[in-house]
Amino acid sequence: MSDNKLPSGHTRIDSLEMRGITKRFPGVLANNKVDFEVHAGEVHALLGENGAGKSTLMKILYGLYGQDEGDIILNGKKIKIDSPTDAINHGIGMIHQHFMLVETLTVAENVALGMPSSRGFLTDLDRVSERILELGKIYGLEIDPSAYIWQLSVGQQQRVEIIKALYRGAALLILDEPTAVLTPQEVKEFFVIMRQMVADGHALIFISHKLHEIMDICDRVTVLRDGELVGTKIIKEITKSELANWMVGREVSMTRELVDVELGPARLEVKGLCADSNRGTPAVRDFTLNVHSGEILGVAGISGNGQKELAEAITGLREVTGGSVLLEGEDITHCRPGEVTERMLSYIPEERMRDGMIKDFSIAENMILREHHKSPFAEKGFLMLKTIAKHSDQLIDRFRVKTPSRDTKAGTLSGGNIQKVVLAREISRQPRVLIAAQPTRGLDVGATEYVHAQLLEQRANGTAIMMISEDLDEVMALSDRIAVICEGELIGIVPRDEATPEKLGLMMAGVNPEEEAASAAR
Amino acid sequence: MSEIFSASVIISILTSGIRLATPYLYAAIGETFSQRSGVLNLGVEGQMLLGAFVSFYVVFKTENLWLGLLSAIIVGALMGLAMAFVTVNLQAEQGISGIGFYLFGLGMSDLLFKMLLGTVETVKGFSVVPIPILSKIPVIGEIFFNQNVLVYVAFLLVPIAWFVLNKTTLGLNIRSVGENPEAADSVGVSVVKIRYFTIILGGILSGVAGASMSIALLNVFQQNMTSGLGFIAVALVYFGAWRAWGVLAGALLFSMVQAIQLRIQIIDSISLSPDIAVMMPYILTIIVLVASVSRVRAPSALTKPFDRGE
Ligand SMILES: Nc1ncnc2c1ncn2[C@@H]1O[C@H](COP(=O)(O)OP(=O)(O)OP(=O)(O)O)[C@@H](O)[C@H]1O
Ligand SMILES: [Mg+2]
Repeated sequence: MSDNKLPSGHTRIDSLEMRGITKRFPGVLANNKVDFEVHAGEVHALLGENGAGKSTLMKILYGLYGQDEGDIILNGKKIKIDSPTDAINHGIGMIHQHFMLVETLTVAENVALGMPSSRGFLTDLDRVSERILELGKIYGLEIDPSAYIWQLSVGQQQRVEIIKALYRGAALLILDEPTAVLTPQEVKEFFVIMRQMVADGHALIFISHKLHEIMDICDRVTVLRDGELVGTKIIKEITKSELANWMVGREVSMTRELVDVELGPARLEVKGLCADSNRGTPAVRDFTLNVHSGEILGVAGISGNGQKELAEAITGLREVTGGSVLLEGEDITHCRPGEVTERMLSYIPEERMRDGMIKDFSIAENMILREHHKSPFAEKGFLMLKTIAKHSDQLIDRFRVKTPSRDTKAGTLSGGNIQKVVLAREISRQPRVLIAAQPTRGLDVGATEYVHAQLLEQRANGTAIMMISEDLDEVMALSDRIAVICEGELIGIVPRDEATPEKLGLMMAGVNPEEEAASAAR
Repeated sequence: MSEIFSASVIISILTSGIRLATPYLYAAIGETFSQRSGVLNLGVEGQMLLGAFVSFYVVFKTENLWLGLLSAIIVGALMGLAMAFVTVNLQAEQGISGIGFYLFGLGMSDLLFKMLLGTVETVKGFSVVPIPILSKIPVIGEIFFNQNVLVYVAFLLVPIAWFVLNKTTLGLNIRSVGENPEAADSVGVSVVKIRYFTIILGGILSGVAGASMSIALLNVFQQNMTSGLGFIAVALVYFGAWRAWGVLAGALLFSMVQAIQLRIQIIDSISLSPDIAVMMPYILTIIVLVASVSRVRAPSALTKPFDRGE
């Protein structure tokens, strides 16, 4: 292996520099004279609050956006990147915050897409499949080339994205929040792959809001704030809390205070609930639990173990095949979603981009979605535009949604700000019961702190909160009790002070330590 | 009654059914390509009418059938180009602009007809070319291998379209642009180029569909002679679930009904009002579409303009 070659056979990128990059969107200065530099053999973190301009800067590097000012310099030479094709030809790959896969195509087809074929105008999927397996072997990315994307878990889809980039000969890989959707176990595996790529001479740019990940995997970190460069530091020379404060520009608290709240009656009662997955297989099995007024019940579990189906069955979005759901004593098992909403149940879905908002609607419209047909937002069938405007301005302010105006299309917001719009809407209607799935996924540390504070305030006000999260730290920090779900079954419920990551981890794998202990004693 | 069931009558119904499938096939295969890339072209009918007129007129003047066919191809391509500009670059609403193109083709073919011809004329169109050996097979030979060139090509288009869509890089590009244009764009597939290609191809095939009526099947041009056939072709794409073979099945279903309908009209012993008989294909459209709803999912990006959001 010669010195400037990677194991994939492609040429290394020794250094890449972005100088004085400026990018304007209507009403937003997304990047303002940003300098950024990365070299082979390092993981360089890009950190900043939601809407700081990280994705924009990276989309410029990948040729999806053109910069208004500034230069890109590769191995000392100024280059022009006008399209993703240019970027790919220069050895730059990108894994997007929202995956760029065609769900109805197979893995091999997705990898082959846009690449020249060895058989001319015919596709060469056999060759591509072989290469996928080969790359998979080098980097420990096991995947079936003939599987359809829609059949794969999020973690597997991510592998496809990485293979796609490697197949294209990426020497520099941009990873835009790759871990936001992964389980802790998947993150560990992902880091192994990243470490190997770096050791082989790749250059990696890593965006994440999880500071412990950045401390763990990165060599240097560059911080952006409001589109401007704050600075670049070596990770070894900074601590996690210094990093947080540096990024947000103020003190951020990492611990959460749970004040004592008097436990009220059970507001949400789930009794022997059963529901099927989209493919018709049982996803929730005989699930029973209660959520009381004034408590946060955390639901922990590895992604894809029925959490989504559970939430949807409760909220009326999915057909219930057995059991019942009571909301404040009333049976809502077979109610339509609208009727469930009327009874002041709020739901923050996991896939907010798809299930929680309408991309082409303005922020103001998105913020009244559940309540748009009734007072005070509508009177006698007319929308009360002034009230709506005032309401949305308040929420934008309270949740610090970074947007040029309330009339901006929600779809153009940064990833984290889209999340905030949905959170703001669901929390602000003062629900009796709140079901929140992955409430802080994709949020920066400051916003996470704020959302957690909001959840705790709701708890203090007596709302019954069911918080579904794959983030164990979050579950353990906020929950009064923690229910663990595995393969659609309730494994057990652990009170807050008895929960340890080890115990929860075991339960998430389907083992109930108490039952184990009991059977061992026998 | 018995005469409709005699062997010779059935063979002649099948033969004309195969022939009548021709315009459906051209138009619907073209539409399949544009819909697979995410563009709904509702202007098919207009493209067909202009193609029908122009090819007819050229043949009428020059008596050169191939020149007539070429002119239909050019007119269809130009209509496709205009449609592509409006829907891809200007990102206009596809349904509405398609109706616009339909009305343009309808009006324009009518105007040209009145200016250049004035009365209904006839030409000598493509004649039957029996395929050696195959046309001698009893029954089958008569039905399938005693047709004109445009019929053969129309049926050949089906496997070709299937092959292109499923086995070539171009087809992969088309399918991904219709499902997830952002993803295709992010790996360097030009959404604009692909959609231009499919819309122009659709225009060309619609033009040929028109020509197949005016210089091969009927050999006349009349105002609004397609009478909704182009819209049925669009419906066939839904019926065929965006697959070439499905489109073939749909086209045959319709053309056979039409052939039967034409038969019924000329048989005295069946007292069916001709108006009702003529309605049959249209009623069938509605029934079939209702029945085929939600069998297969449409391309996800169908009717959605693409914009990088910059
Ligand atoms: N296509 C677009 N059109 C208009 N404005 C945009 C567009 N893309 C981004 N913006 C704006 O540019 C700013 C920076 O957005 P960007 O997506 O780069 O943020 P980010 O740092 O990646 O945030 P997050 O952590 O939430 O993903 C935001 O204010 C956003 O609203
Ligand atoms: Mg982002």
